[in-house]
Amino acid sequence: MTDTANLFLEVDNLKTYFFLHEGTVKAVDGVSFNLYKGRSLGVIGESGCGKSVTAHSILRLVPSPPGREVDGKILLHLHEGSNGSSTEEIVDTLKLERNGPKMRSIRGKEIGMIFQEPMTSFSPVHTIGSQIMENLLLHTPGISKKEARDRTIEMLQRVGIARAHQQVDAYPHQFSGGMRQRAMIAMALICGPSMLIGDEPTTALDVTIQAQILDLINDLQAELNMALMYISHDLAVVGEMSDEIIVMYLGLVMEHASTDEIFDNPLHPYTLALWRSIPTIEGKLERLTPISGTLPSPFAHIPGCPFFSRCERRIPGTCDAALPPLKEVAPGHWVRCVLY
Amino acid sequence: MSSQTPIAIPQTPEAPPETIIEPGKAATDERYYYASQWQLIRWRFSRHKAAVVSIVLLVILYILAIFAEFFSPYTPDTRFEGYQSAPPTPIHWIKPNGGGFGPYVFDTVRELDKETFKYIYQPDETKVLPIHFFVHAEPYKLLGLIRTDIHLFGVKEGRVLLFGSDRLARDVFTRTLFGARISLSIGLVGVFISFVLGVLLGGISGYFGGVVDDVIQRVIDFLLAIPGLPLWMTLSAALPRDWPTLKLYFAITVILSILGWTGLARVVRGKMLALREEDYTLAARGAGASAWRIITRHLLPGFTSHLIVSITFNIPGMILSETALSFIGVGIQPPAVSWGTLLQDAQNLTAVAQQTWLMIPALFVIGTVLLFNFVGDGLRDAADPYAR
Amino acid sequence: MVNQPQPPLLEIQNLKKYFSAQRGFIRRQLVTVKAVDDVNLQVQAGETLGIVGESGSGKTTLGRCITRLYEPTGGKVYLNDAGGRISVTELEGEDLKRFRRKAQTIFQDPYSSLNPRMNVLQTVGEPLLVNKLAKGKELEERVTETILQVGLRVEHLQRYPHSFSGGQRQRIGIARALVLQPEVIVADEPVSALDVSIQAQVLNLLIDLQQKYRLTYLFISHAMSVVRYISDRIAVMYAGKLVELGPKTELLEYPRHPYTEVLLAAVPRTAQRHRGKRNVTPGEPPDLANLPKGCVFVPRCKYAQDICRAQAPELRQVGTNLVSCHFAESLHLQGIKFETT
Repeated sequence: MTDTANLFLEVDNLKTYFFLHEGTVKAVDGVSFNLYKGRSLGVIGESGCGKSVTAHSILRLVPSPPGREVDGKILLHLHEGSNGSSTEEIVDTLKLERNGPKMRSIRGKEIGMIFQEPMTSFSPVHTIGSQIMENLLLHTPGISKKEARDRTIEMLQRVGIARAHQQVDAYPHQFSGGMRQRAMIAMALICGPSMLIGDEPTTALDVTIQAQILDLINDLQAELNMALMYISHDLAVVGEMSDEIIVMYLGLVMEHASTDEIFDNPLHPYTLALWRSIPTIEGKLERLTPISGTLPSPFAHIPGCPFFSRCERRIPGTCDAALPPLKEVAPGHWVRCVLY
Repeated sequence: MSSQTPIAIPQTPEAPPETIIEPGKAATDERYYYASQWQLIRWRFSRHKAAVVSIVLLVILYILAIFAEFFSPYTPDTRFEGYQSAPPTPIHWIKPNGGGFGPYVFDTVRELDKETFKYIYQPDETKVLPIHFFVHAEPYKLLGLIRTDIHLFGVKEGRVLLFGSDRLARDVFTRTLFGARISLSIGLVGVFISFVLGVLLGGISGYFGGVVDDVIQRVIDFLLAIPGLPLWMTLSAALPRDWPTLKLYFAITVILSILGWTGLARVVRGKMLALREEDYTLAARGAGASAWRIITRHLLPGFTSHLIVSITFNIPGMILSETALSFIGVGIQPPAVSWGTLLQDAQNLTAVAQQTWLMIPALFVIGTVLLFNFVGDGLRDAADPYAR
Repeated sequence: MVNQPQPPLLEIQNLKKYFSAQRGFIRRQLVTVKAVDDVNLQVQAGETLGIVGESGSGKTTLGRCITRLYEPTGGKVYLNDAGGRISVTELEGEDLKRFRRKAQTIFQDPYSSLNPRMNVLQTVGEPLLVNKLAKGKELEERVTETILQVGLRVEHLQRYPHSFSGGQRQRIGIARALVLQPEVIVADEPVSALDVSIQAQVLNLLIDLQQKYRLTYLFISHAMSVVRYISDRIAVMYAGKLVELGPKTELLEYPRHPYTEVLLAAVPRTAQRHRGKRNVTPGEPPDLANLPKGCVFVPRCKYAQDICRAQAPELRQVGTNLVSCHFAESLHLQGIKFETT
């Protein structure tokens, strides 16, 4: 996994806090991971665990104020030029101006993002094609309009939109939910990014359409050799999309391992509890064991492990005293728990 | 933390939820849990400093208007012969010759400038006239009920003209306070009429829909297409000149409300349509609740806060319209006093150039409109405590 | 349970619900959307019938027609209980009100289903109040009893919805449905808006309440795994029609309708993860205003023949299931391989 040539993203001790009237929300509180081209990382967690904020921090899309990346590094390994003779440039996005030209070019060109609700990502008054094209014209110097249009049509075809040469002039409301999501993928990929972030991109879709979109993302990732960061609350979906998975809870990484390890040999009590609380389509049919309690308030200041109050195996006096570190308990398997 | 309060819920072997003591949720949050919508609105409103200050100032303004007889030293019709178009009397505090500290004015003497043939007013520094509080002066009926002659302040001899006098030698300060009565109340009364019309017609439009909705919406479209000022001018010009002030006042209010209700009706209709689709409305229907109960318990409370906001924003419009109509002479007619009629005196250039104090009522109009807008801003932000 | 001689609790016969909508801006035309089209269904007392389908399949509309939240365009619903047989679709006034006590709904969105201006006592107490079943002290007692049943606490009575989490709000919604002591509860996606760790709490609560009060559930969901967990039988809907109905294990393991197969194949698996090896069926959910002649599933069906385009199949018994497919007997469709360990 230490494949330096393909290393694209290094997130190191990222902390993103929101300073609200009611208090400070530590939405992301020290998250680190590396992401390589051609590989995919799944991020699992419940609402408020900081999975989306992590993605937004990478793209510097956190609304500020009230949000601010207070600590950490987000290093992008950008490669200029093509085949072999490329020069590597390492950029810390946290050092860039939120809406400066460099950051805008990273957002448009280097990292594509697809969201849950595709309707809000498209302006209703412009055609789908013109919005995708705009992205291309903006980030590709010297491209002609004709060329941009042709590449847009090509991309729409690639993401599975039938009659793309006609649909390129359609307006967003003329598309179904699934087609809009395809168009959004086309928009995210039109500039040939090195990384794609999917933030619950299939949550609003029907299962059958979800399957199609997941398939499409998988194919495109392999084809374009992109790094993929896939965020979802749906464990099964993340399982299908990722090589490795991080499990987040209240802004912290609780467990980080390969997908097979996370599914077949989960270690953290939270991961274990999650597994026992979800019904599956093929597993043994037995009574589910819910995780007791509710998520603590986001304003809460928790000195120890944030899962302490809901944990079955908690050790009072130890777990609530200090936050356990994220430990590598087996090669490539990190767990934040005093039990290991 | 470790002591989980066991709650006996039969047949639920798992630890019941809600039994976890949530760290950080201190007792202060309890208040928030039990807070109703109005409390939440109050809390959020109180965070809007400008709005809170504005509402206090507005309340003061209304109190000044309601008790105008008490707060003003004279009556609006008191004339000071020989003191036409006098500038504001300056107030001094430290009395000459160690006379102590306290507000006083000098008597003024009028002289004719031999070159310009204009009267100029000079203070006569030998005559110190202390301002007295709670003085007995012209009798009046407080709130139309209590007969008294006490005024907040006044001088026993001479004159105190805080805002100067007009060309008929009447105290502008007194007249401004009295003018506030009509100007400030016309906004409230007018908005009340708009409110009744708007909620009624908007509600009918939204709840029943269909043809009724279409008709009402087309009427609104039509009314909105008519330019306001010409319409008001035509209508008020048609009012008989010899109507008594009160009758004229209501007629003007009704005229102003004719267009005012349309916006409100749209707000009500839109909200009605949206809330009708909420699941809780459906749930109430599923429980067997009557249409009346659904409207009064589930629909109306859902947008009263929005109504208040839109009313607050409507009031300054009404005030401005009245001022405009009275200013051009088709609204409230003298001798009735409103800010608009007061400003009639400032219509000519001489007045603006040389008797700037006649413009003071305009400052009141601007101030009031701004204050209402600040309050409206604060209310709008606080209105929907659940939006977030 | 199913084979008892007593009549089914709910009999749904040829139920239809059509909506008319205007389409087009310049050339307006009235189109009819057949949200529920000719559905026949029987629900036994005490069972949980899961209703699955994509968005626009008519599952929510079906549930709302049965509880008379919507007025059906045609067809009949009968309720057979201790009080005899009533024709639900013909009830008016007080009779309708009495029926509403027996059939309650739990809604999907825990946010829009609670009036933010009413506290728990008012929300849960409203059904009792409007049915004049209790008031004052007695009302409070009955509400308290009910909220304890759903895992809320007495001190929650005076709290407003904004102070509750999604899971707790859903419990309030359940309490509101439960307080009238209904026989049937239509649960419309009751857990899909909740966090994964909260879903199991609510599902288990529903199961426990069912056992305790012998409730009958119509459990509407798009999540196959959730439906498998809670249901006894599963009904699959497509474009307003019932396409397959059967006991859950049989239906999941040996689906008989091609649409059921497509649906099952799309469900992401946790145990048999198949990255990129999936057999994805193309196609979009149907346009309800513009359905094909014959079988509604034809445009997405890989087994379609000429007869499917010409003639709509009837719902008929094939093995354990009711299926509406011309080739239900001959097709060998792929279902779920259950884990045995």
